[in-house]
Amino acid sequence: MSFSSAGYQLLPVLPELVLAVGAMALLMLGAYRGAETTKLVTGLAVVLLVLTGVLELMLPAGKLTTFGGSFVVDDFARFLKILAIIGSAVTLILSTEFLSDPSRRIFEYSILVLLSTLGMMVLISAADLIMLYLGLELMSLALYVVAASNRDNAKSNEAGLKYFVLGALSSGMLLYGASLIYGFTGTVDFAGIAAAVKTGSVGIVFGLVFLLAGLCFKVSAVPFHMWTPDVYEGAPTPVTAFFASAPKVAALAVFTRVTLTAFPGIVPQWQQILVFVAIASMALGSFAAIGQRNIKRLMAYSSIGHMGFALVGLASGTVEGAQGVLVYIAIYVAMTLGSFAVILTMKRNGQAVEQISDFAGLSRTNPMLAFLFAMLLFSLAGIPPLAGFFAKWYVFVAAIKAGLFTLAVIGVLTSVVGAFYYLTIIKLMYFDEPAGQVEPMRIELRTVLAVAGIFNIFFFVYPGPLVSVATAAAKSLF
Amino acid sequence: MTTWPILSVVTFLPVLGALVVYLSRGDDEAARRNARWIALWTTLVTFAVSLILVWRFDAASADFQFVEKANWLASGISYHMGVDGISLPFVILTTALMPLCIIASWKSITDRVREYMMAFLLLETLMVGTFSALDLVLFYLFFEGGLIPMFLIIGVWGGPRRVYASFKFFLYTLLGSVLMLLAIMALYWNAGTTDIPTLMQTAVPRSLQTWAWLAFFASFAVKMPMWPVHTWLPDAHVEAPTAGSVILAAILLKMGGYGFLRFSLPMFPLASHDFAPLIFSLSVIAIVYTSLVALMQEDVKKLIAYSSVAHMGFVTMGIFAATTQGVAGGMFQMVSHGIVSGALFLCVGIVYDRMHTREIAAYGGLVNRMPLYALVFMVFTMANVGLPGTSGFVGEFMTLLGTFKVSIPTATFATLGVILSAAYALWLYRKVVFGPLTKPSLASIKDLTLRESLTLFPLVALTILFGVYPKPVLDMSAASVQQLVNNYNAAVTAVKAAALIQ
Repeated sequence: MSFSSAGYQLLPVLPELVLAVGAMALLMLGAYRGAETTKLVTGLAVVLLVLTGVLELMLPAGKLTTFGGSFVVDDFARFLKILAIIGSAVTLILSTEFLSDPSRRIFEYSILVLLSTLGMMVLISAADLIMLYLGLELMSLALYVVAASNRDNAKSNEAGLKYFVLGALSSGMLLYGASLIYGFTGTVDFAGIAAAVKTGSVGIVFGLVFLLAGLCFKVSAVPFHMWTPDVYEGAPTPVTAFFASAPKVAALAVFTRVTLTAFPGIVPQWQQILVFVAIASMALGSFAAIGQRNIKRLMAYSSIGHMGFALVGLASGTVEGAQGVLVYIAIYVAMTLGSFAVILTMKRNGQAVEQISDFAGLSRTNPMLAFLFAMLLFSLAGIPPLAGFFAKWYVFVAAIKAGLFTLAVIGVLTSVVGAFYYLTIIKLMYFDEPAGQVEPMRIELRTVLAVAGIFNIFFFVYPGPLVSVATAAAKSLF
Repeated sequence: MTTWPILSVVTFLPVLGALVVYLSRGDDEAARRNARWIALWTTLVTFAVSLILVWRFDAASADFQFVEKANWLASGISYHMGVDGISLPFVILTTALMPLCIIASWKSITDRVREYMMAFLLLETLMVGTFSALDLVLFYLFFEGGLIPMFLIIGVWGGPRRVYASFKFFLYTLLGSVLMLLAIMALYWNAGTTDIPTLMQTAVPRSLQTWAWLAFFASFAVKMPMWPVHTWLPDAHVEAPTAGSVILAAILLKMGGYGFLRFSLPMFPLASHDFAPLIFSLSVIAIVYTSLVALMQEDVKKLIAYSSVAHMGFVTMGIFAATTQGVAGGMFQMVSHGIVSGALFLCVGIVYDRMHTREIAAYGGLVNRMPLYALVFMVFTMANVGLPGTSGFVGEFMTLLGTFKVSIPTATFATLGVILSAAYALWLYRKVVFGPLTKPSLASIKDLTLRESLTLFPLVALTILFGVYPKPVLDMSAASVQQLVNNYNAAVTAVKAAALIQ
């Protein structure tokens, strides 16, 4: 069988093709058989994601390109695609309960997640500005709809609308930046831009700023973070888990690829932008989270802060920095999905509870749940020997090597501030009296939490594999 | 020689015990009893195994012994364990005090016993690991990891203001440590490794020395704790359960001093030399000021906590005098303080269990009903004062002797502190133990039980033994201390000579 047609190798996009065709097939299935297939469609969607991931791993090693060099599959893309697929698949697993409610049997949900994942994979592999925009929009449009998937809930609708309006604005900024860059370099290809951009002329920097502003919106970095708390709070909890994991992977991936492969000639110009964004995100993420009472809003600020930490690695602009970003995002996804498995469990009398005070005394009523959640929180705070510490280690070690001492010092100091609100939840779970019984944990949540918890606690025993894969992935960019 | 990884066994045996405690399910009286016994036996076996270390330790050598090395994180960051004369005493101190802590918590902890025992066993692993890690990242892992169980111990089983105390403890310590983490990274890029023995051989540029020293100082000064960053200690001590206070005073505080000896002096000798006056000033302030503060306390535990800060002042002073007597004295003072302050907190715990108050004013005349207790308490009070014949004297005397050679004003003011410590310790003893027993609540108070005697008498014996015959501890660390001081002096003289030539 030949995968080339019209002169284009189709082998590198085979996983994407399978995912796209599969998603459409599932859409047909749902459309013809009705809402009772929701469960089946969700299950098949997970299988499809697994299949896509396997195909991605089975692609020939090394760097593959197609579509005239605008789509590239390298170690970097493989690493992040697998991560995004894991994030999406786990989200679907976490969503089963949400979808089993008779009023919410919407099979489109899983298909939208699949299409969004497809967008992420395109985004991760994008090697020119056109492909970047295609991937970004495919991902985002699906996300806007998913955010509003709790149709009868005003907050959910508000979240979807808010996300859409602000997302459209940021897409506009990104496009404007992209057109400026095209205008000043005459190419949309990352390698071509890199060859053309040796000095930071005003036009290029102007375009770069708009481009980065659009990307900052997608990773919810300060000052483009305003949508995050509202959308996280308003969207159904499984959707929030999704927003906090897979799209962040893709957005950070494209952030890294654009800065490192398209603008390696003007590192100082974008470095100062990233340093500011990283500091602002870390600071806001830590300080603003302290006052939050809703766990989902708190997780929103937490993710803003974590994106700041990941950008610390990117700001260094080196191989170590890229490696730091990759390790960080991998560990962050694991911690986030584990935490959301806990948040989804928090139900009393069939009603989901979202206030952090509802966690009070959890260590007495559900000792194992509380223990794993506490470990995840300590890990998010970056306390060794948990995985979160190593994530911070790799980004800060890169920053120190690059000589960004001020950034590193401010970063670790804000991590101490951040530790405070994580400790507040641990305090509620361990030091306070129970606020009532929690419903027993569902099997799929149990599994996700167990896997995330074990990864998180025992990462330090054998960190080698993840770190070496991340190193290889980072090197493929340079 | 050693065919089995004896140091790793000592380090990780407690975790194994914690796992067994976890597997022994249930929440009835039998489960609690099991948890206590498993924890006790684990700590006893760990102590026994750690004694093999003492037995096989070659005190004549200044090298690291029982070394284990395995690949771990990346190039230059490995799982590297080993002890020398500076770390071994702390390892033994830890393993020796743990069984006593478990026994001390036997009756006073009735709530969530399994979790309590697991937290303590985990803490033991992290403490032993801190003292035996020979890689900076590994060290940091153990050092910071200890915050998690201690935070829970204070917060779950502590007194009324436990939340405040545990947060303060955690955040204060974390704030100091993250700066050290950055310095560790800078050292990593400077030498390409975080291997401690290699780093000790690597010359660090002057400017990096200064910054790295300050960063390490931020961490260790908080941990020690030195004035003015000591304010977390009285809160943590007062709110922690008895055994938590014991561990805090006896072991966790020693990590600061150990850090100065292991990292600051050997890796940044020039910066240490430059900053010695700062340390001397802070130490003297700690000795005099916190002793005065101790005089004003109304809470027994708080008084002992402030006295700990004062005694740690002697340690930092001796260490940064960087003379053989000063450093050896600092080492000895830390071991001695570990025994004495641990014992004092046990003594407080014993009356607290009976009366449920720590106010000095609530006691008085205990000697009438508790003669044995009065005797034991007196031994430790005298050791705290630094009476010759107790271990407290040896350490204070040696640090003062060592400092006198370097800075006479420092030594003079510090000696004044000895008088103050006699004042507050004897005042406490008089208020609590002597006088007529007039308070009706004390009328039926009972003397030491067998279990309580079991925790205190080994410490009485050690206090007096090391007071009259300090040789075992001093000999164990002598070679390593000598090498440390020699290297330090060599580095400082080399720079001075270079400055003269120019």
